[in-house]
Amino acid sequence: MNATTLIANVMRLLNRSGFRARSLVIAVPFWWLFVFFLIPFAVVAKISFSEAIIARPPYSPLYTWTEDGVLQLKLFFSNYAYLLDDTLYVSAYWSSIKVAFFSTVIALLIAYPMAYYIARTTERRRNVLLMLIILPFWTSFLLRVYAWIGILKTNGIINNILMSVGITSEPIIMMQTNFAVYVGIVYTYLPFMILPLFTNLVKLDPSLLEASADLGARPMTTFFKITLPLSVPGIIAGSMLVFIPVIGEFVIPALLGGPDTLMIGKVLWNEFFSNRDWPVASAVAVVMLVLLVIPIMLLRNAQNASAGAAS
Amino acid sequence: MQNQQPAATNPKPWLDPNEQPFIRISNLTKKFDDFTAVDNVSLDIYRQELFCLLGGSGCGKSTLLRMLAGFETPTSGRIEIDGQDVANVPPYDRPTNMMFQSYALFPHMSVEKNVAYGLMRDGMAKSEANDRVNEMLKLVQLDGFATRKPDQLSGGQRQRVALARSLIKQPKLLLLDEPLGALDKKLREETQFELINIQESLGVTFIVVTHDQEEAMTLSTRIGVMDVGEIVQIGEPRDIYEFPQSRFVADFIGSVNMFEGNVVDDAENYVRIHCKQADCHIHVAHGVSCTENQKLWFAIRPEKMTLSREKPESNYNFVEGKVDEIAYMGNLSVFRIKLTSGDIIRVTKSNLLRRDEDNISWDETVYLSWEDTAGVVLMQ
Repeated sequence: MNATTLIANVMRLLNRSGFRARSLVIAVPFWWLFVFFLIPFAVVAKISFSEAIIARPPYSPLYTWTEDGVLQLKLFFSNYAYLLDDTLYVSAYWSSIKVAFFSTVIALLIAYPMAYYIARTTERRRNVLLMLIILPFWTSFLLRVYAWIGILKTNGIINNILMSVGITSEPIIMMQTNFAVYVGIVYTYLPFMILPLFTNLVKLDPSLLEASADLGARPMTTFFKITLPLSVPGIIAGSMLVFIPVIGEFVIPALLGGPDTLMIGKVLWNEFFSNRDWPVASAVAVVMLVLLVIPIMLLRNAQNASAGAAS
Repeated sequence: MQNQQPAATNPKPWLDPNEQPFIRISNLTKKFDDFTAVDNVSLDIYRQELFCLLGGSGCGKSTLLRMLAGFETPTSGRIEIDGQDVANVPPYDRPTNMMFQSYALFPHMSVEKNVAYGLMRDGMAKSEANDRVNEMLKLVQLDGFATRKPDQLSGGQRQRVALARSLIKQPKLLLLDEPLGALDKKLREETQFELINIQESLGVTFIVVTHDQEEAMTLSTRIGVMDVGEIVQIGEPRDIYEFPQSRFVADFIGSVNMFEGNVVDDAENYVRIHCKQADCHIHVAHGVSCTENQKLWFAIRPEKMTLSREKPESNYNFVEGKVDEIAYMGNLSVFRIKLTSGDIIRVTKSNLLRRDEDNISWDETVYLSWEDTAGVVLMQ
């Protein structure tokens, strides 16, 4: 029996037992997400319902067997109630969303012309430019954020140049402000905006733009009537890739931000490592996830609905 | 839809030296780096013509069309549309509209929005634009499809939306890039005649780019045959087919049998050519300006030859061969006859009888003969 007939026979056996090759293909990402996302999330969710105690690990078990053989399940909702009690958390969530929103908008405004140019230029130049966009990923993210400290700090590059040219006599304070946080975030996440926009714009049929011009539309009108509406899927994809991770961003506000930079990632870190209050930290994480998942689901539904109406 | 242009009084304006051409292309050249796409083309096109630019891929026909639309700037030369030099006029200010090969319908807009696009850009009131759109959709038989998106339409319907969109602004000149390329054969034939009807009822001047000679034949008032950036012949479809001026044109339009030979007798009202390869003597019943012994070509269409088993009595205008292959096409049969030299000659025979008992079949020895006016003598 040669290899092909062997494989064919095995496949026939598998088919008879209700097995489909398709389920094998789906199984890999399914188990990946199950092991590396769903289980850790379940662990975090479990901790968020326990009580902080001084022990190792620093939280109470969710259920205990009492002496007389009763299974005791104790769920502490107090952690969630605490999040509402202390205004710190609400304002941290709110300011995270605000930072994420404005970073996304700024990144979009910067990325769109870049993506548009890369998509429209010659193939050779396009490859070089794409390489330049991806290149920073090859150095450590942390190093790149540190480099911004060197640029933005009081005796940093920008201030030195400004003062030597004579534009300012005193250094401008940029470090440890929200401005520095925005600079860091937009800089770091820009490629995530450019790449989906580029893949969308490069597919845009140039004859559509010619048709628009042919029918009497000036370049600006063509952009707003044709290019922009057709690139909405790219805008949504890019915005999600920026908005979602920025909400939980910790490193950039910690390094570039000041004491008044309030972001939920930093609060979470403090809760875990400074306060060692794992249950409250877990509750913060769970709420953050829910806050993120709901808009994504809504958006996906809306997209599916509009896609369904179009076809 | 009112006709904004004066009705053509002369059905063949190109024959009248006093007629003013509507489009005047002079010494137009377009170079892409080292590559010359359009090479010194001069061409006059008259009002209400349906002019076809015909040529193989890469012959420069599309580049010429795109220069007319304003998508490409000429390297040198002039384009005048209705007396106006359009060299520096951007596409959105030109009195032309184009129907794209890919149709280029806006995928995010409904049929009516697509068609209305040009009118809205001119700032027309919505209600007036709506009336015009409905009228136009009726003309292309798409009323009832107004709210569909392009991807909900069939290829033929999309083609008509594209046509409606390019006609809605009543352009002086409509440019069509392979307008029927994406349709299947049956739909193509129907649409060809529809296109002619629309062109005649609106009185717009059409310039059509196509690689399909059949399409060019049925559609056009005149055809310009292009090869490597140059126009090699301009003429009415019949002229192009029956009186090609070069081997390229003869070969490109329809199929042709080509005999290479030398002049053996050059008289005032006839020429005799000897074709060594096929071992045949050709008699042409009109004078040709040539010298004795000059090398030239004799081209003859497959349908202008007669096939028979008996050897013709005359001494010239026939060849002997063996039937190599027969293709039955329904309305006619194509015979491939192999000469003793190994050359293949194509000849077609109309299938006049439903049942042909005495049909010529494979490997029979046959004679191909033709009238002394049936072929064309070509110098180049």
